[in-house]
Amino acid sequence: MADNPSVEAGLSAFTVTLIIRRFDPETMDEPVWKDYDVELYPTDRVLDALHKIKWEQDGSLTFRRSCAHGICGSDAMRINGRNRLACKTLIKDLDITQPIYVEAIKGLPLEKDLVVDMEPFFASYREIQPFLIADAKPKDGKERIQSVAQREIFDDTTKCILCAACTSSCPVFWTDGQYFGPAAIVNAHRFIFDSRDEAAKVRLDILNDKEGVWRCRTTFNCTEACPRGIQVTQAIAEVKNAILAGKPAIPAGV
Amino acid sequence: MSMEFQDGDVIDGVHYHQYDVVIVGAGGAGMRAAIEAAPKARTAVITKLYPTRSHTGAAQGGMAAALANVEEDSWEWHTFDTVKGGDYLVDQDAAEILAKEAIDAVLDLENMGLPFNRTPEGRIDQRRFGGHTRDHGKAPVRRACYAADRTGHMILQTLFQNCVKLGVEFYNEYYALDLVMTKVKGVDRPSAVVAYELATGEIHVFQAKSIVFATGGFGKIYKTTSNAHTLTGDGVGIVWRKGLPLEDMEFFQFHPTGLAGLGILLTEGARGEGAILRNASGERFMERYAPTIKDLAPRDIVSRCMVQEVAEGRGAGPHKDYVLLDCTHLGAEVLETKLPDITEFARTYLGVDPVYEPVPVMPTAHYAMGGIPTNVKAEVLRDNDTIVPGLYAAGECACVSVHGSNRLGTNSLLDINVFGKRAGNNAVEYAESASFVPLPDDPAKGVRELVERLRTSDGSERIGALRKELQDEMDRNAQVFRTDESLARVTETIHSLRERYQNIGIQDRGRRFNTDLLEAIELGFLLDLAEVVVFSARNRKESRGGHMRDDYPDRDDATYMKHTMAYLTGDPHSADAADHITLDWKPVVVTNYQPMERKY
Ligand SMILES: Cc1cc2nc3c(=O)[nH]c(=O)nc-3n(C[C@H](O)[C@H](O)[C@H](O)COP(=O)(O)OP(=O)(O)OC[C@H]3O[C@@H](n4cnc5c(N)ncnc54)[C@H](O)[C@@H]3O)c2cc1C
Ligand code: SF4
Ligand code: FES
Repeated sequence: MADNPSVEAGLSAFTVTLIIRRFDPETMDEPVWKDYDVELYPTDRVLDALHKIKWEQDGSLTFRRSCAHGICGSDAMRINGRNRLACKTLIKDLDITQPIYVEAIKGLPLEKDLVVDMEPFFASYREIQPFLIADAKPKDGKERIQSVAQREIFDDTTKCILCAACTSSCPVFWTDGQYFGPAAIVNAHRFIFDSRDEAAKVRLDILNDKEGVWRCRTTFNCTEACPRGIQVTQAIAEVKNAILAGKPAIPAGV
Repeated sequence: MSMEFQDGDVIDGVHYHQYDVVIVGAGGAGMRAAIEAAPKARTAVITKLYPTRSHTGAAQGGMAAALANVEEDSWEWHTFDTVKGGDYLVDQDAAEILAKEAIDAVLDLENMGLPFNRTPEGRIDQRRFGGHTRDHGKAPVRRACYAADRTGHMILQTLFQNCVKLGVEFYNEYYALDLVMTKVKGVDRPSAVVAYELATGEIHVFQAKSIVFATGGFGKIYKTTSNAHTLTGDGVGIVWRKGLPLEDMEFFQFHPTGLAGLGILLTEGARGEGAILRNASGERFMERYAPTIKDLAPRDIVSRCMVQEVAEGRGAGPHKDYVLLDCTHLGAEVLETKLPDITEFARTYLGVDPVYEPVPVMPTAHYAMGGIPTNVKAEVLRDNDTIVPGLYAAGECACVSVHGSNRLGTNSLLDINVFGKRAGNNAVEYAESASFVPLPDDPAKGVRELVERLRTSDGSERIGALRKELQDEMDRNAQVFRTDESLARVTETIHSLRERYQNIGIQDRGRRFNTDLLEAIELGFLLDLAEVVVFSARNRKESRGGHMRDDYPDRDDATYMKHTMAYLTGDPHSADAADHITLDWKPVVVTNYQPMERKY
């Protein structure tokens, strides 16, 4: 694509082989790996490579994408065995002496090529009551007061874009699809630790369930996978602590 | 004759549904409407993306409201700034509503759970943004409420969370492709939306009393854009094909600070926090063009200055083809806490660390000021004064017009909340008293034929190639600066692309998740809309806001202080756009502010 200024400054294109796990539910029983050679610049993203294949070689290659800069969460996929967003993975950051392997994320039902059924993922998300529960309305009819420190406590987990990179990299989730999974816990964390929320106990009870936080074996796959840099394992640990010790009080005045 | 069915019926392979209110689009505007409508009326939201994938989530900098949390401010100043920022093409009654209702719109979001950044007192913090000023232009004012540089992400998440709470019914990955109109007593009345289900390839007809379009913008008519791949203007295109007008389509906003070559946005909030634009020699060139508010001049002005700096040889880089956004003096702390996402974008995509080096930037196609004309109740207009009962539009697909010829930063997140809410409420109110407009026979016919023709198409033209030619040409000839000559060239290109589009071939013949097919359909909308943009632009022989004509460099209020209204009036495939597009004018609503020269 060569649109990048550093490209124009002298980097040149080269041929990269992508090996993509293809599956067409209408004509195939099993997925197969297929090779594609693509001319790319080092600063191209894997998403650019997929687009080049779709637009220039094989229009039937199917994947989700929208924003193309890591903010909508559409294009989590396994790239060289690691969960990443295709739009945030630059070719130069991969080992380009080797082919690039691309397949759908694991643990969710495969629909077609790189597309999986996200519904089970969103079902877990909905179960942890991912919304502010607060009956008390501010007296002056304005905003609720929240200190800078109180907001800071849950800042990290507000960044989640629901891409499922974490949950679908979790070995516990692969073997037990009932496990809530890291993303649901991250979103529960976001409300449990929000000083304005009044229902931490409800969510902590939900996550104290046998399919809840205690299934986490702290393998850190989720934290490594998260394209938003969220400290997922730490958030899960904080939720575990809160189940044992209760929601910590953060003084408003800090 | 009309069709009889029960909700949930499948007739000849087509699914039939019935709702009081159907909302098309689940971005900020669609979900804000749904939050009003769902508790009061049977509501469905049809969306081609999972709601949280909508491009509202990409918005960074903030949402304007004169809360006066950090310094004196008033909604009247906000109204004035909006009118002046829009170069006096703003309908002033609408701008007044926008600015007044902004305050509650922000408080609503906070009450719904949005984690705004806070002041030391624990109130919602506010930052500066382009064109927002104290007391009618005296100095920049802190009016933008924000959540780091992911305000849009937090708005989208908060609205989605509240939709989950309310149990809003979503039809995810359903592509609306047609609006069904039924002739009742000689008048075309909207009766249903026809959608294509991505997962199965099946067609669904949603009959509704009220229909709300909230389908977002169409930045993908350009190559260099901050917009998502999916922003192809489907909703605007659907309405256009029904013969309903589009307003002010020539006004497209080019945001000054897109990552050079890529178009990925770096929020104006960066300049709000103090970042500075510099040319190759390091000069802060905005001082020359807008001495009072400098880098925080409105976007149309800053973008033009940047292009001019480059055109006059003062661009930076090996090809002198961009300018630099200097954030180095802000310090790592401000960048990491207030602008973390854009800091990462620059690092990831350009390999430039804003903490230490200035970032290469150039204008990027960002926002459609024009769209489906509505009144302040979000009711769609069929001409200058008559509404289409039961049809609503809100958000970027609509033109109220609160943005006139140039939108101020932070006024769109505001617009989607204020007018999304209004659309939801008014749609419910209408549905409460109206009855269903009967469906015509075989309402899915148009979509079925379109889908089947494209799914089996085997022409020699490729979608990717046609789209690229369109986007390259729009960047070259219909971008920040335009002339009659450049626009004439694009007109020709679009015409030939539209002909070649008739001969496309797609490769995916399947029914399930056929994105090849949908890209072909989306390209059809892009071509239609690009044609309207360019046709409207040629007709406006003046420069105003986002529409800068090199051959007519001045604003001409006597002739052109009025909105463009474009209508599809002939065979859309006729060779000359003039054979199928008719242009008309619509007066601007002026209340308190007489046009003045726009100086900053
Ligand atoms: C990078 C970026 C940063 C921005 N920053 C700011 C900012 O700081 N402040 C500000 O005020 N504004 C900002 N804006 C502008 C603002 O974000 C957008 O104008 C606004 O979010 C648009 O919201 P919307 O609800 O109208 O559309 P969108 O959020 O784009 O949603 C469109 C919806 O329509 C659906 N849809 C589209 N076509 C179909 C179809 N055929 N069938 C079914 N569904 C369909 C999609 O699925 C989606 O749900 C920014 C824009 C960009 C691109
Ligand atoms: S926590 Fe990270 S990886 Fe998991 S869904 Fe959210 S953004 Fe994606
Ligand atoms: S396309 Fe949006 S996150 Fe990658």
